[in-house]
Amino acid sequence: MLILESAIVNEGKIGGIYLKLYEMTAYEAAQCLKRGEISSQQLVKAVYERINSVEPVIGGYITVLDQERVLAEAHRADELLQKGQAHSPLAGIPMALKDNICTNGIPTTCASRILSGYCPPYDAFVTARLKDAGAILMGKTNMDEFAMGSSTENSAFHTTVNPWDRDRVPGGSSGGSAAVVAAGEAFFALGSDTGGSIRQPASLCGVVGLKPTYGNVSRYGLIAFASSLDQIGPLTRDVRDAAFVLDIIAGHDKQDSTSVPGKKEHYVSFLGKEVRGMKVALPMECFGEGLKNEIKDVVMQAVEKCATVGVHFSEASAPSTKYALPAYYLVAPAEASSNLARYDGVQYGLSVRDAENLLALYWSTRKQGFGPEVKRRIMLGTYALSSGYYDAYYLKALKMRTLIREEFAKIFKDHDFIVTPTSPTVAFKIGEQKDDPLTMYLNDIYTITANLSGLPAISIPCGFVEGMPVGLQVIGRPFDEGRMLQFCYCLEGLLGIKGCMATINVKEGK
Amino acid sequence: MPGAYEVVIGLEVHVELHTASKIFCSCPNRFGSVPNTNICPVCLGLPGTLPVFNKKALELSLRAALALNCKVNSFSRFARKNYFYPDLPKAYQISQYEYPLGGIGSLDIFKDGELVRTVTIERLHLEEDAGKLLHDEEHASSYVDYNRCGVPLIEIVTAPDLRSSEEARLFLETLRRTLLYTEISDCKMEEGSMRCDANISLRPKGSEVLGQKVEIKNMNSFKAVQRGLEHEVMRQTKILDKGGRISQETRRWHEDKGVTSEMRSKEKEQDYRYFPEPDLPPIVVDDTMLKKIRAALPELPVTRYRRLMNNYGLSAYQAEIITSEQSLADFFEETLQNYTQPQKVANWLLGDVLKIINVVAKEINKTLFTPAHLAELLDLVDEGQISGPTAKEILEDCFKNGKMPAVIMVEKGLGQISDTEELERVVAKVLEENKAAVQDYEGGNKKVIAFLMGNVMKITGGKANPQMVTALLKKKLDK
Repeated sequence: MLILESAIVNEGKIGGIYLKLYEMTAYEAAQCLKRGEISSQQLVKAVYERINSVEPVIGGYITVLDQERVLAEAHRADELLQKGQAHSPLAGIPMALKDNICTNGIPTTCASRILSGYCPPYDAFVTARLKDAGAILMGKTNMDEFAMGSSTENSAFHTTVNPWDRDRVPGGSSGGSAAVVAAGEAFFALGSDTGGSIRQPASLCGVVGLKPTYGNVSRYGLIAFASSLDQIGPLTRDVRDAAFVLDIIAGHDKQDSTSVPGKKEHYVSFLGKEVRGMKVALPMECFGEGLKNEIKDVVMQAVEKCATVGVHFSEASAPSTKYALPAYYLVAPAEASSNLARYDGVQYGLSVRDAENLLALYWSTRKQGFGPEVKRRIMLGTYALSSGYYDAYYLKALKMRTLIREEFAKIFKDHDFIVTPTSPTVAFKIGEQKDDPLTMYLNDIYTITANLSGLPAISIPCGFVEGMPVGLQVIGRPFDEGRMLQFCYCLEGLLGIKGCMATINVKEGK
Repeated sequence: MPGAYEVVIGLEVHVELHTASKIFCSCPNRFGSVPNTNICPVCLGLPGTLPVFNKKALELSLRAALALNCKVNSFSRFARKNYFYPDLPKAYQISQYEYPLGGIGSLDIFKDGELVRTVTIERLHLEEDAGKLLHDEEHASSYVDYNRCGVPLIEIVTAPDLRSSEEARLFLETLRRTLLYTEISDCKMEEGSMRCDANISLRPKGSEVLGQKVEIKNMNSFKAVQRGLEHEVMRQTKILDKGGRISQETRRWHEDKGVTSEMRSKEKEQDYRYFPEPDLPPIVVDDTMLKKIRAALPELPVTRYRRLMNNYGLSAYQAEIITSEQSLADFFEETLQNYTQPQKVANWLLGDVLKIINVVAKEINKTLFTPAHLAELLDLVDEGQISGPTAKEILEDCFKNGKMPAVIMVEKGLGQISDTEELERVVAKVLEENKAAVQDYEGGNKKVIAFLMGNVMKITGGKANPQMVTALLKKKLDK
């Protein structure tokens, strides 16, 4: 429990350890708010101080909101808290949103020149839900342009560094969200995950990242990359926070026809429940070639710890997963080529208006507005959908998708979860893979299957290699996020790696 | 030479569904608003927005599919048709491709009561409309009005079954009537709620092979369709007669000049890169839903047309005109609930009533004149209370003020004099004053009776019951 020492509210003490306010988990901060020990305004100020001190190094945000405006919101939250009218555990808690999640009147750019300065006239479903819950938006986080990438190096604006090592990438595409959570620049953040874009950066930055079941969180207001794969999810300092955030953002939304109607779960209530007897599958395809031995060891040690509390582990096989990457790189670019066609310079965003004619307007706008990776995928997707190639590529990829889904369903017949490493490596050096797209694509090798099959999946920190965090991925049955969180909460406790934050030497800042 | 070729025409007809809101958002589906007022983030295709399918649009398109005898596919889905154009804000149109809602169907077309042809419908699918570009030539600028974006459309594609421009027009008229009866669309070609593109080719008579087709666009009325196609038949005939080759192209009809001109060559078919719309689940239509819609389907014009001939003894011509508008057919049958002679009702409707309707340019059910008015008017005539010309005068008044015919008759003193005593008095007076005429009659000049009648009318101000006067005159003169 957090014990506040004095009126000096920039520090707290948890389990005998002094913490800076910004180092608390969202839940811990919420408890302090609830007890009236601190105010939301104090939290906001602490986070601004932290942003001012580390953001020049980290570069996790594209937009940091005006402090006065945010403090005014925190003030409102404090009033509700004082009156006991804050109905949500996240009331007054500072958060960040990935810059592809629409925020009314606040720039939402997808880290692309083509949307530079674009302010949506509406809030995404998740934005509205979090606002209603009283969470305080600090800013919009950096990402790979249109969520295409695994290092956040594809941002058109700047590179984000890994808080654990400034020479390394934070992962991507939700690299900004992972970095600001790991660096104490927000208590939690939302990201989006199309092929691993929440889980891989979470893994590389040592935080928890959850991709919900496709259809569990509304995509309304998430700027689409690949519509049939995209899901919004939380990046948090621990499993409990992930459950808290998911409780707020999950649930049916009639604005998204792919959102699944049904009873709303109470995810937090699963935490702390018994895990004895749960059955976990280890697919051998995810522990073989391409995986660093040190990472495999760290993951297996975590697995063994679980076994001590009565969780059963067994090997399994999903042979079609070897086609997951090629299938993904047909489906996702195909959908992206269509989703990104609307950026034509006519209605909003970048518009190169000195063009001679309509075609030139399209050409110049898109040529100047999109970066190389986005162009590469648009071309790939356009080609895959072209008549004469559709059957051989897109249709075949859809068939592979069905096959992968069936293989996973088969594994889930006699297992509760699948456990894999989240990423085959720890965070790599900035620039190391930038000019090698194929190597870059391999970062998603363990994560994309969950997107292709629509399954929920989470990455939690499970150890360190080369001083860098390693993530363990748990994939669950459709809409089984509750038990998945239950399992991860237990595992997190066993591993004793929870809410750990990187030490950032600010003085060495760029 | 024109007689040497057979004309082959297939039509693609777009019809806007008469829903309250758009197909994928809740903006009003309304024509003629101030530009860019019926819009929202969804129909503007703003980043992050998603479509939600309007169930009313499904209901109406299912009704259309059933009215056109289409096989309704229990599984259908939306697909994206990708192309760049400023009036298409997402740069793709949500349409249907591989799995349309409606499969093979048919529509019978008639002329003068005879079945001309059963036209095969190849498919019926749902899609969203695009916006509209407005060009300002003076300032060399173009503007986009997004109001029409997301208006629900059905596209109806026929087989190349039509054999003349007249058949094409007949098909469209029959289709329009069918869709009006079923309240699917208001089908106004001039407002664009019904639009037609035609594929037309010629082939030597007797040949089974289709000739090279040309697509004709921009025909904005039934007349334009017929004229445009007639022109195209001539153009292609001339080329073929000279041994020339028809090129694969899209041509635009110019109503003012009465010609078609090339819009774009189709040698390289545009690739729309269709793929299933991932933002919308497939449309599943079950039997219960279909049964419900079928049960609510009104009588179709073809069925009504036949029934009016069979039940009321109408001629094909009468039945065709009366069923041309549902409101007119309803009017006809409602009049017969209070009046028993269908021929008289039909004659009045097709004659004097339609004359007035054409002048006021309104549908009959939008006027003050009701079936009760017509039934009462005809009763007054039958009862001899008013004469034919008086009835016409009363009819016009009914349209103007909606008063009942008997009321108008009394108010304006238009009733016929049918009082025997009064008429006897007048007749006696006329005979007294025209002795010469009476002598003529007695001398064998029976025609003089008309002269005497004229005098009776002069005295009575034209209100004497002519039958009674004739009878009275004869009685007196012949005795």
